[in-house]
Amino acid sequence: MTSLSFELTIGILKIFSFVVPVLVSVALLVYLERKVLGAVQLRKGPNVVGPFGILQSFADVLKLLTKENLLPSSSNKFLFIFAPMLTLILSLIAWAVIPISSTYVIANINIGILYLFAVSSFGVYGVIIAGWASNSKYPFLGALRSAAQMISYEVSIGFVIITVLICVGSLNLIDIVESQKNMWFAIPLLPMFVIFIISALAETNRLPFDLPEDEATLVAGFFTEYSSISFGLFFLAEYANMILMSSLTVILFLGGWYPPIDIFPLNAIPGIFWFIIKVFLILFVFLWVRATFPRYRYDQLMRLGWKIFLPFTLIWVVITSAFLFYFGLLPN
Amino acid sequence: MTTLIKYIKSFTLFELMKGLKLTITYFFKPKVTLNYPNQKGPISPRFRGEHALRRYPNGEERCIACKLCEAVCPAQAITIEAEPKPDGSRRTTRYDIDMTKCIYCGLCEEACPVDAIVEGPNFEYATETREELLYDKEKLLRNGDIWEKQISENLKRDSKYR
Repeated sequence: MTSLSFELTIGILKIFSFVVPVLVSVALLVYLERKVLGAVQLRKGPNVVGPFGILQSFADVLKLLTKENLLPSSSNKFLFIFAPMLTLILSLIAWAVIPISSTYVIANINIGILYLFAVSSFGVYGVIIAGWASNSKYPFLGALRSAAQMISYEVSIGFVIITVLICVGSLNLIDIVESQKNMWFAIPLLPMFVIFIISALAETNRLPFDLPEDEATLVAGFFTEYSSISFGLFFLAEYANMILMSSLTVILFLGGWYPPIDIFPLNAIPGIFWFIIKVFLILFVFLWVRATFPRYRYDQLMRLGWKIFLPFTLIWVVITSAFLFYFGLLPN
Repeated sequence: MTTLIKYIKSFTLFELMKGLKLTITYFFKPKVTLNYPNQKGPISPRFRGEHALRRYPNGEERCIACKLCEAVCPAQAITIEAEPKPDGSRRTTRYDIDMTKCIYCGLCEEACPVDAIVEGPNFEYATETREELLYDKEKLLRNGDIWEKQISENLKRDSKYR
């Protein structure tokens, strides 16, 4: 009995050791995004609240918390409140299987990648429920768009993951990272890596694929009717998802916690730092892309997903497996 | 051949990389933002800001109540009433500018034969109530006293272009 409660305590502490850093890094990511966008546009970005404006996001959260939470009279009250909670919970429970070093992970299950894929597919429910429960035209259109978009890009993400799995021979995330000890998959599978990053942008509804919240045509997309902290939860979930997708990219393609080259001064640094640096670099690419490209039109988005990424990834799955089979490199 | 090049370009994301290269060069360029309340941009000597009524060095008002500014004001923001003083000189008894009407065209400044009414370099006079923007003679003279140094310097710097 005591050992059970002991394990429970350890488990809860482990969960907090993931959730709290994720939420803090969301705040820092929002700050970083505003800084990067500012720098690209020759501005300085937030620089007043705290040293270099680093506390700006916390001030914004405080502002959101003090606002009134409006419930549209025509909305479905329960689902309207439930949707942001669902979105945030889904973006946080995915962290259960993310290994940030060879030993530190909440649940080391051997179908980790399937779990992640399932949870990220669930993410679309939060958006659809929010759009439907608002009972308003723009959120509804945003929800429809995001449903189509997330499903389309999950197909190509699925094929990219299959390519990696063929090379590894395991669904366990730790095994996937450990098989990249000598060479990161980003090098032999470079086209897959690029497609994964682009699909990750679409999956997290980031620019240039942020059609579900397209402010030019849909006001704010699926969270038009949301205010106060329920808006804040959507915001939090979107950025937590961004961090999640970049961690997944790091795990699948950039060798997780391994240093770039296995030589002395680099491999003396603990793996967790390498992991964080790599996640940060991928996030910077996300922000950099946002600062550079205009938004896709809806038909262009669908064309890219179904007519280019799907056949391209399909062909690459075949090429990779044929190559591995012919040279006898298939993992047992 | 051109189609081949087009395909190679689109599959290597050539144009997208070009765009990314452009934005990253801007990312490292020096920033143009001014930290406004702490840092202010340069202002031309001709800048047309808040109005002020000037005095002669001996403290006498410059304004001779000729009402040229009142006549020229396209927004009819200026109201002047005048009476002869005991010493026989014409002086205003009332000189009001409705700053909510003023369009900051600077015609009053140009019409004035004695450089009495001027638009000074101050632009930070936002108020919380509308009434505070209905300036009377006292307020305008006080502005003149506060900004006289800069106003006379600006007039001197700009005089060769007038």
